[in-house]
Amino acid sequence: MDWGWVQDHLDEIQSLFFQHAQFTLLALVYGFAIAFPLALAATRWPRLYTPILGLTGILFTIPSIALFMLMMPFTGPTATTCLIALTIYTLLVLVRNTVEGLKGVPREVREAAEAMGYRRFKQLFRVELPIALPVIIAGIRIAVVTTIGLVTITALIGFGGLGALFIDGFRQAFGTPIIVGFALSVLFAVAADLALVGAQRLLTPWARGGGSR
Amino acid sequence: MRGTVTRKAAAALTALALLAAGCAAEEDAAPSGGSGDSGPIVVGAVEFTENIVLQEMYALVVEDAGGEAELKQPLASREVLFPAVEEGDVNLVPEYTGALTTFVTGEEAEASSDGEELVAELREALEPEGIKVLEPAPAQDQDALVVTPETAEEYDLETVSDLAPVADELTAGGPPEEKERFVGLPGLKEVYGIEFADFRALDAGGPLTSNALESGQIDVARFFSTQGIIDQKGWVVLEEDKPLIPTENIIPVITEDVSTPEIESALNDMSAELTTAEITALNKKVDVDKEDPQDVAKAWLEEKGLIGN
Amino acid sequence: MTFLSELLAWFTDPLNWQGSSGIPIRTWEHVQYSVAATLIAALIALPIALYLGHTGRGGLLAINIANIGRAIPSLGLIIMAFILLGLNITPVMIALVALAIPPIVTNTYIGIRNVNREVRDAAGGMGMTGWQVLTQVEIPVAMPLIMAGLRTSAVQVVATATLAAYLSFGGLGRFLFDGLALQDYEQLTGGALLIAALSLITEFLLARVQTVVVPKGLAKRNATAAVDAKMSGKAGVASSGA
Repeated sequence: MDWGWVQDHLDEIQSLFFQHAQFTLLALVYGFAIAFPLALAATRWPRLYTPILGLTGILFTIPSIALFMLMMPFTGPTATTCLIALTIYTLLVLVRNTVEGLKGVPREVREAAEAMGYRRFKQLFRVELPIALPVIIAGIRIAVVTTIGLVTITALIGFGGLGALFIDGFRQAFGTPIIVGFALSVLFAVAADLALVGAQRLLTPWARGGGSR
Repeated sequence: MRGTVTRKAAAALTALALLAAGCAAEEDAAPSGGSGDSGPIVVGAVEFTENIVLQEMYALVVEDAGGEAELKQPLASREVLFPAVEEGDVNLVPEYTGALTTFVTGEEAEASSDGEELVAELREALEPEGIKVLEPAPAQDQDALVVTPETAEEYDLETVSDLAPVADELTAGGPPEEKERFVGLPGLKEVYGIEFADFRALDAGGPLTSNALESGQIDVARFFSTQGIIDQKGWVVLEEDKPLIPTENIIPVITEDVSTPEIESALNDMSAELTTAEITALNKKVDVDKEDPQDVAKAWLEEKGLIGN
Repeated sequence: MTFLSELLAWFTDPLNWQGSSGIPIRTWEHVQYSVAATLIAALIALPIALYLGHTGRGGLLAINIANIGRAIPSLGLIIMAFILLGLNITPVMIALVALAIPPIVTNTYIGIRNVNREVRDAAGGMGMTGWQVLTQVEIPVAMPLIMAGLRTSAVQVVATATLAAYLSFGGLGRFLFDGLALQDYEQLTGGALLIAALSLITEFLLARVQTVVVPKGLAKRNATAAVDAKMSGKAGVASSGA
């Protein structure tokens, strides 16, 4: 393990980390933007749940390398390809957890809210979502950790974030960049996970006792 | 209290969304074409040491000449990289006269063509596409077939022709492109009559190929003549005694929209200093001594007075 | 539409179905890597997880190991293994097995722990030995989750086995990497479709096996748990870059 190398390459490591974080953040935001309406639809019209889950499930089962490559003829080895695939992989868990979270709101609570005159929209945001939050965040955590791991695979088509360090190390048959890339991406995943747990605690102080499902 | 939660969550989400939108905008900001130095010059490379060293050198030279260079992650092969140049997504790449001519014209570059002819052919083919071919360096990096000294002795191998009678007992290894490119298996068959027992797709003179040759998993390896590892391992380069491999001078190829006279002349000055011996030494520093390509590039450029200090 | 017709041509070209780099051989290689890695992982993971689940020890690790597995970059792991162990199938296998173990451990552990305390107590009360409780009560009840874990693991391995080709070995990944280097998009897409298909087939096949193996009564009750398991391990699949 060559610490000298690390010192010399702090800039590169930092910019790779930013690329990694960017991809992760974008994939999550886009994923949630798609998953949330899908989840709402599935809650509103339960018949949709199985097909939606089925489709996102199938997409999820497709190995990520395969999905990246499947898109290549259409969108090339570009950031767009990476983002589309990364976003797709977040969908299953985000949809599933959002639906399960919303389903978990006790009927009495919903009825009480209705009785109090809350209209659908208000009911959703003021009552149901806060209660569903722990489960939703649990889903976001899985999606985040998964995505952070997947970003490294995009190294195969010229991106990779911290995964690019694996390729460098591979080419020179030199362990240090690989170890750094490995350690940092795992640390990133752990840190993001913990941060989300923290966010959950902050946002749902009442749920601390019960814990999420 | 519920209201606060939702408000907090909404605030967080909005912040994230804005951040993400900002990132997206940044991602989408393509380097704008235009005369001279508007937008960064994207310097590309193929995934092998020499190309990466050259990429670093070109980037440093461009910056020194007043441009703004952006390094792109190396890609798998010319087949992946050059189309990006043609599309304008990549602006500057280090290329090789013979191989590029074959790729661009779709016809095998004549092994007998001299360097000048190849450059002329390249210019003719690429100028209409808005791609400028600068001056070639004296340095050449040609495809080489390499065996271990033991194999050379066992089969009495000195030249590539010596392979022909025994090739069906041997396994060859090289980058996946070897199977298709004329200078690879097809040409070896046509020009030398060589048909190997098996071919293993490894990498372009990288760790997989070295490992495979060293461990005896392949008998004949495709390397590139300027690689330091050949000497380091004491391997034997088989002499090309029939015309197959064309002249392969290292040559910068740049898209017109970002090029300036200063950048072009700086790159040409750099190329003029680059001999085969020089590039081989640089490759060795990276591959054998595990030095960083950028450091190696910078040191060399400074030593030659090619970038200002 | 010409791309699609070229793709179809690739699939129907008889040359692509023969020889050592034809579709059948590559698929067979891929299956071999996958089955071997999953079996080895199961052989290692199951005893450990069963023991931990039965005794209730090591819970923190067992539950979180799937999370940790999810965070491990498979490409990095396989490259590291190559640097350390050289160019043979061992580093590939080690990486595959390492990534396959976490979902099995977590799901098995949770499955066993979930067995109702009363049921366990009743069994003990009936005079069953620890071993008998494990084999006759806990394992059968935990079956849905155990199977879910194995299934998740298997799908993950099938996906990650694609990377064997990155290190020049065989398997369906060969079409991906060669196609990429040659810009042969038909080969690339063909390979990707084959890998996706194999993944889905593995998932469905093992789901069928699961329905056969798991007693009906348990199946219903444990449906949600099984999906949870799929998610917890699956993230491993995705994160392993497969």
